Amino acid sequence: MADFNPEASNEAAPPLTVEEAIANLHGTDLSLRYYAAWWLGKFRVSSSAVVDALIEALDDEADRTELGGYPLRRNAARALGKLGDQRAVPGLIRCLECSDFYVREAAAQSLEMLGDPAAVPALMQLLNSGVAAAERVPGRPHLQEPCEAVMEALGTLHATEAIPLIQPFLEHQTKRVQYAAMRAMYQLTGEDAYGRRLVEALQGADVVLRRVALSDLGAIGYLPAAEAIAQASTENSFKLIALRGLLEQQIGSDTELSEGAIRVMNLMDALL
Amino acid sequence: MTDSARIQELIQAVEQANSDERLLESVQALAASHSEAAIPMLIAVLGYNNPGAAVTAVEGLIALGASAVMPLLEQLDEYNYGARAYSIRALAALADPRALDTLVSAATIDFAPSVRRAAAKGLGNLHWQQLPPEEIAQAQTKVLNTLIQVFQDSDWAIRYAAIVGLQALAKSATSTTEPIQNLFEQMLSSEADPAVRSRILMAQQRLQAENAIV
Repeated sequence: MADFNPEASNEAAPPLTVEEAIANLHGTDLSLRYYAAWWLGKFRVSSSAVVDALIEALDDEADRTELGGYPLRRNAARALGKLGDQRAVPGLIRCLECSDFYVREAAAQSLEMLGDPAAVPALMQLLNSGVAAAERVPGRPHLQEPCEAVMEALGTLHATEAIPLIQPFLEHQTKRVQYAAMRAMYQLTGEDAYGRRLVEALQGADVVLRRVALSDLGAIGYLPAAEAIAQASTENSFKLIALRGLLEQQIGSDTELSEGAIRVMNLMDALL
Repeated sequence: MTDSARIQELIQAVEQANSDERLLESVQALAASHSEAAIPMLIAVLGYNNPGAAVTAVEGLIALGASAVMPLLEQLDEYNYGARAYSIRALAALADPRALDTLVSAATIDFAPSVRRAAAKGLGNLHWQQLPPEEIAQAQTKVLNTLIQVFQDSDWAIRYAAIVGLQALAKSATSTTEPIQNLFEQMLSSEADPAVRSRILMAQQRLQAENAIV
């Protein structure tokens, strides 16, 4: 969710052609490479030449930050999740062991989007140290491991074997980590209680956390949350996206509309 | 105390509110006054970046009806897209056709998705009978063409709002009913987004149900 802004328009990005973006990706100018990797993901350019170039960029050594991070690898990992090409999976799994937290996080998120269960063992490895994985790294703005992204991925990938690993995080002091655990546990167990806890989170005092809860409810498609989502105290754009997640779960055949679908759409209409 | 002095007090209370609770309470009191003198302040509240207060102000403006229309049009905030979205929502609910050009512009060229959505939805519901009779057909055609254009947007939620607008237009402007039903069929064959497709289906079902009653 880091760079997601439903109010931003596509027209704000400086224009590139696909050829320019690929050329830049292969070029030597680091900032042009970095931007090209972002651009190709943003505009969903999924040709195999692009995917090949981005997979190569996962091993890039040229672009480093002062703290030892790998910016180009981060953008390449983020983009590959959006392009839907399964060939990226092995490279992304290797990225789960990168020393750069943001590369590991991007890899986990992209592996979730690509949906290949082969990623599960490597993802579970990241939670091996238990709740210590969700401790802050001293002097850095992030946790030891990208626990939210990992748990969300394990949920989406139906990794029921990860249930014992995820459970301890349900009571973590950081709400965002709790919510990610609830979301994953709902997906892995189907137990209503986890959905209900996320609905309760919509009443929280912090608007950022309310948005996170909305996003989680949309991701799991928890229909009982529909009215609570519509009334949540956040901007309408986030509520619409969450309700869309519920609607997607309600869609059956192409011509039949379930009661749930109609109920959700009535709520969406009122939020426009 | 005269009414006008009382309204001034209520307005000042909003200006001086120094907490979210005070702001909400003072806006509620101002909205409850049902006074046209409250309109400029209620419109200003739309730009305070406080959704609770803004929603209350929108409801207050809608309750004031036609007298709120020109102030809303004139005070449309060019710089604050949040305020603009609330204004457009109020104008959409008031459904006064004097807002037509503003809604068309908001639906097609505003950079903020929330503004485009609210305008697209509102365009379908305008009270056509408030227009001089000789202008009605042209206005309805303009709205139809605008919504067709809005349906080209790359943002699914804006295409969704266009469908809501088209459904309302098909109901309120009977000359557009058949063209819109044909449009919905065409859209189903090219629209890939599941949420938008579902909304087209629902629009078709609603229109068929209404025609069946007639």
